[in-house]
Amino acid sequence: MNVTQLSLFLENKPGRLQSALKVLSEKNINIRTLTIAEVTDFGIVRMIVTRSDEAARALKENHFTCSVTEVLAIEIDDVPGALSRALETFNKHHLNIEYMYAFTEKIDDKAVMIFRFDDIETAKKALIDEGYHIVKKTEIIGE
Amino acid sequence: MFNKESETLQHSKLKEMQYERMKWSLRHAYENVPFYKKSFDDTGFHPDQFRSLDDMQRVPFLMKQDMRANYPFGLFAVPMEKVVRLHSSSGTTGNATVVGYTKNDLDVWGEVIARTIACAGGGPKDIIQVAYGYGLFTGGLGVHYGVEKIGATVVPVSGGNTERQLMLIKDFGTTMLACTPSYAINMTDYVEKNKPDFDFRKTKLRSGIFGAEPWTEQMRREIESRMGIDAYDIYGLSEVIGPGVSCECSEKSGLHVFEDHFYVEVIDPETGEILPEGEMGEIVYTSLTKEACPVIRYRSRDITRLYHDGCKCGRSFIKMEKVTGRSDDMLIIRGVNVFPSQIEAVLMENENTEPHYQIIIDRTGALDDIEIMVEVNERIFSDEIKVLNQLSNRIRQRIQSVLGISAKITLVEPRTIARSEGKAVRVIDKRKLK
Ligand SMILES: [Zn+2]
Repeated sequence: MNVTQLSLFLENKPGRLQSALKVLSEKNINIRTLTIAEVTDFGIVRMIVTRSDEAARALKENHFTCSVTEVLAIEIDDVPGALSRALETFNKHHLNIEYMYAFTEKIDDKAVMIFRFDDIETAKKALIDEGYHIVKKTEIIGE
Repeated sequence: MFNKESETLQHSKLKEMQYERMKWSLRHAYENVPFYKKSFDDTGFHPDQFRSLDDMQRVPFLMKQDMRANYPFGLFAVPMEKVVRLHSSSGTTGNATVVGYTKNDLDVWGEVIARTIACAGGGPKDIIQVAYGYGLFTGGLGVHYGVEKIGATVVPVSGGNTERQLMLIKDFGTTMLACTPSYAINMTDYVEKNKPDFDFRKTKLRSGIFGAEPWTEQMRREIESRMGIDAYDIYGLSEVIGPGVSCECSEKSGLHVFEDHFYVEVIDPETGEILPEGEMGEIVYTSLTKEACPVIRYRSRDITRLYHDGCKCGRSFIKMEKVTGRSDDMLIIRGVNVFPSQIEAVLMENENTEPHYQIIIDRTGALDDIEIMVEVNERIFSDEIKVLNQLSNRIRQRIQSVLGISAKITLVEPRTIARSEGKAVRVIDKRKLK
């Protein structure tokens, strides 16, 4: 049920992101979503891709530093206040979010947000109990 | 302890002994070696003026190039009929340096190696496999006679032929291994690759004395866990005697120097001034009992510090920190002496790993700027910005407290630091280019 996210270390230098993406395209790996968190000198690229193991391997072979992280994809109603309510729920259950970002596509007309919790299993259980729908990995990567 | 009386000598008694022996050694060098006579005379120092150990500051240094310039026997202080052994260090640059030993010198050498073995917990019951090279290099034969002196059994296999080394460890029941730390790691790699059924833990091997090259705490942990033994650092220089100048005891924190035979000082490599106990600098050796080849204030270029810590093992001799750097690498940043090895030590203590790094020094206006680039490998990478920021903050704070300078820490991608022949270029000093 967890979604596998690829995190990649990149320096803030021209052309670096492009050369990482080239490695993936050569392996015919499709990027379902991509977001960059950056500070002055470096950034962390977070991606959800098809065939994540193979993608990680290819990046490492090309001397990129990357890691694989489990995240949760959660359906959020596409109406005002829905995200805020979701965050309230996390708060109530003392679930710590390390970071979050939006998935690029809607699924079944609903928005999908990706969350990285510090304790993914506790978070999952609490959210299911609260009636949230956790999107399966297969739905996200389309396989 | 092999020689309890000497190794636990009271500090004041030791200083008295060192003073008496130093007087002899200075005179011996001055009267019998033209090089020393000239060098003492040139600086206006005469052995008669030596009234206390505080006068050491006045005695001129002996440099590595002086030894090369006097190749082969120019620094010998006894006639050749008294010299019973020669050794030579190959040296990667320029001429070799040659050292000679009288019968008495060999006795002293055997004694300090016997102490070394005892320091590492060895004794007459041990079977010691000497896998240092035998020959002109001081490692093999040096350790060999010390093993005999302590009454243990020596297996003089010399270096190389890993298959046979392993066979002997097993068949002879070797209890202690003597070789370079990198060869020990080599042996474990060989076992992992070629002999999956060989288990060091099922042999009688329980300790090792490793030296002849600088090595890190990480290498110690690796050897200890892969061989299931205690690994001790032994240290020496052929110019001073060979292995047996100092060694680690059961505490594995610093190496006791055999101060009744070798007088040690730490100096500022830039000014030559003697530094107070505890400060980091270049270690300088003077032999106190050596007959054939006395060395007077020999500048080793090795960087360390000296200290007393009331060691639990009971030895009163001063300790030197594991040598990890050379004074040739010293940088002066905003007036502070900095050794790349200190920065490396900070990186390692933080992350328990040896990341590739590079130190870049530049000057903006009158101020030196120091930047440390650290390659982010998988062990220190995190998918959270926060964690990576904490990492660079931690490194910056430790550098500030250890070196007293503030550095900019930049995290970079793997392979961004230039390598030369596979080794990362550690320092780029842009000040020199301006
Ligand atoms: Zn001790």
